[in-house]
Amino acid sequence: MWRDALLVAGKDLRIEARSRVATNQVAPFALVVLVLFGFALDPDRGVLARASAGLFWVAVLLSSLLAVQRSFAVESGDATGDGLRLSGLDPAGIFLGKAAAVAAQLAALQVVLAAGVVVLYDADLGGPALLLATCAAATVGLAAAGVVYGALAAGLRVRETLLPLLLLPVVAPVLLSATRAWEAGMGLSVDDGWRWAQLLAVFAVVYVTLGVVAFGALLEES
Amino acid sequence: MSRPSSTGGRPEPAGGGTALVGAAAVVALATTVVLGLRLPPTVEQGPYARLIAVHPPLAWAAYLAFGVCALVSALWLWRRTRAPRWDRLAVASAEVGVVFCALTLVTGSIWGRPTWGVWWTWDARLTSTALLLALFAGYLALRRVSVDPEARARRSAVAALVAVADVPIVHFSVDWWRTLHQGRSLAQLAPQRDLDGSYTSVMLLGFVAMTLVYGWLVAHRARVEALEARLEAAGLDLALAERRAEADVVEPVA
Amino acid sequence: MAPVVRFRSAVALLGRFPALSGVDLTVEPGEVVLLEGANGAGKTTLLRACAGLVPVVAGEAWVLGWDLRADRRSVRRRVGLLGHAGTLYDDLGAEENVRFAVRAAGGDPAAVAPALARLGVDGRLRSTAVGRLSAGQRRRVALAGLAARSPALWLLDEPHAGLDAAGRDLLDDLVRSAAAGGATVVLASHEAERASALAGRVVAMAGGRVQAREPARVA
Repeated sequence: MWRDALLVAGKDLRIEARSRVATNQVAPFALVVLVLFGFALDPDRGVLARASAGLFWVAVLLSSLLAVQRSFAVESGDATGDGLRLSGLDPAGIFLGKAAAVAAQLAALQVVLAAGVVVLYDADLGGPALLLATCAAATVGLAAAGVVYGALAAGLRVRETLLPLLLLPVVAPVLLSATRAWEAGMGLSVDDGWRWAQLLAVFAVVYVTLGVVAFGALLEES
Repeated sequence: MSRPSSTGGRPEPAGGGTALVGAAAVVALATTVVLGLRLPPTVEQGPYARLIAVHPPLAWAAYLAFGVCALVSALWLWRRTRAPRWDRLAVASAEVGVVFCALTLVTGSIWGRPTWGVWWTWDARLTSTALLLALFAGYLALRRVSVDPEARARRSAVAALVAVADVPIVHFSVDWWRTLHQGRSLAQLAPQRDLDGSYTSVMLLGFVAMTLVYGWLVAHRARVEALEARLEAAGLDLALAERRAEADVVEPVA
Repeated sequence: MAPVVRFRSAVALLGRFPALSGVDLTVEPGEVVLLEGANGAGKTTLLRACAGLVPVVAGEAWVLGWDLRADRRSVRRRVGLLGHAGTLYDDLGAEENVRFAVRAAGGDPAAVAPALARLGVDGRLRSTAVGRLSAGQRRRVALAGLAARSPALWLLDEPHAGLDAAGRDLLDDLVRSAAAGGATVVLASHEAERASALAGRVVAMAGGRVQAREPARVA
């Protein structure tokens, strides 16, 4: 399983290195979202700075949709999706590999977005330990849930519209928890940020486990 | 050409068990409504406090529907207990659950409005229920897209289980979030002083009534699925015969 | 020796459509079998069913000793299916694609280079992104992937399509040496002349079944 996971992760990341979709399309998209928030909310910097944690995580969530879509779009452009099934790879390994590749891309994206939030919203990213722990747990959870739902929607003609509907309600608690944790870390609230980080860790564990167990069934189409 | 293997004619109506549940449901629901309307209005909320007779029971039924959907999905996925009836129950439960979910949100919204003047109070339970509705909606959308019944059952079963894993996390996160703010919460609307226990007992009756209504609706919806499956099986024989007949038409010359 | 493929009254559904309506087919080890028939007869579905991609819902279906009705996943890494659609990654080069396929199937990476050379994919072509290659070149890369993996059962769906004359010769050569090496080959093709020269036996399909006819013997 681990060997297969490494193989798949390596393959996905190599494809990304060649095609540069994450760097050329997803990252700019994420930054545009941040700018759009600036347009939508009062350019009065106070509001944006206070809301920066939430806006950051909304941008991460929307970008994760694109990353997951891309992860499955590379598996043969048409709807058959035979490649992975025929390959003889262990489905759990495929899941871990794809989730790892998506997680890596999301992590890089978060670095970019964090810089964006500091620059555009004048946010103060204090309490780095909590912020980083939150990012780590949230990224793993988002990648795992995303790959699971990506597989559910893959091979369906309507997958572009179905995936957001399926995935966003499921990761809503990630948005909630990550934002609260970040606000605590940034000193914007007096909440205990670490319990939110723990909840994120629980989410991550649950969805990684589900993915490993259920991916075999998910890959089977008809 | 082989004849389709259906019994032909009108399908027999649902069994007596379902009718019994239906009757009980109607009685319980009617009693709840009548008793609920006869509850004395409270000082704080006037007549709206009576919604306690239906709102929590509706919420309970929505979560029950979700739980049942997840449970039968698990039964379907596990090879030893796999049977088409679990898939039928899953979709039936989900569709009925969506209705209960929506009604929960509507009654909750109505309940809060007179007291606080807003339609949505971001109450923890209400918000969780709204997410539950979104999860249901995704499940049903997923079902609609697949054509092949076997693949559809498998996808849906996995989707149900993956979604149900989220429910406790949603519950906790929303709960922690809202208790922080000590904002408006529907729990505050429940009558504090229930002198003669009348509110509580009507609410309990409401729980029973909603459970019965849920059971009855699910039984009928599942039955519709079963009838559809029978229709498809009959259609298959026909399709097989037609397919084989292609060979006779197309028989090439040497 | 046990037959490599054994189907008895096998029925397979694509959605609600019975693509295979009762197939009887036995293929012995080392045979090269040609499937022929009109479009829509079920040739592609039969090949995909042998690869374990399409579930068989009635009858018997055994491939390489695996009962496809009980478990159709294990057989996949032991067969090589060349379908209409490519299973190549457009952004990776030919060599990377073949290397991935071989390693995924647990094969020997050393077989990658010789296989590519054999199919005439060398020099600059090896590192060009596959998405930029022509259809014929992509097919050669896919064939190189099969050759490098060396499966026990080759399932080729219209393999000659899109190849130029040189490519077709390479393909025929590949099929012959695979069969000589003990592999079994089942191919579906409309190229009657060329394919029946390769095949030891011709099987006709129509309406989702194998037609009971005298097997054509190549002189």
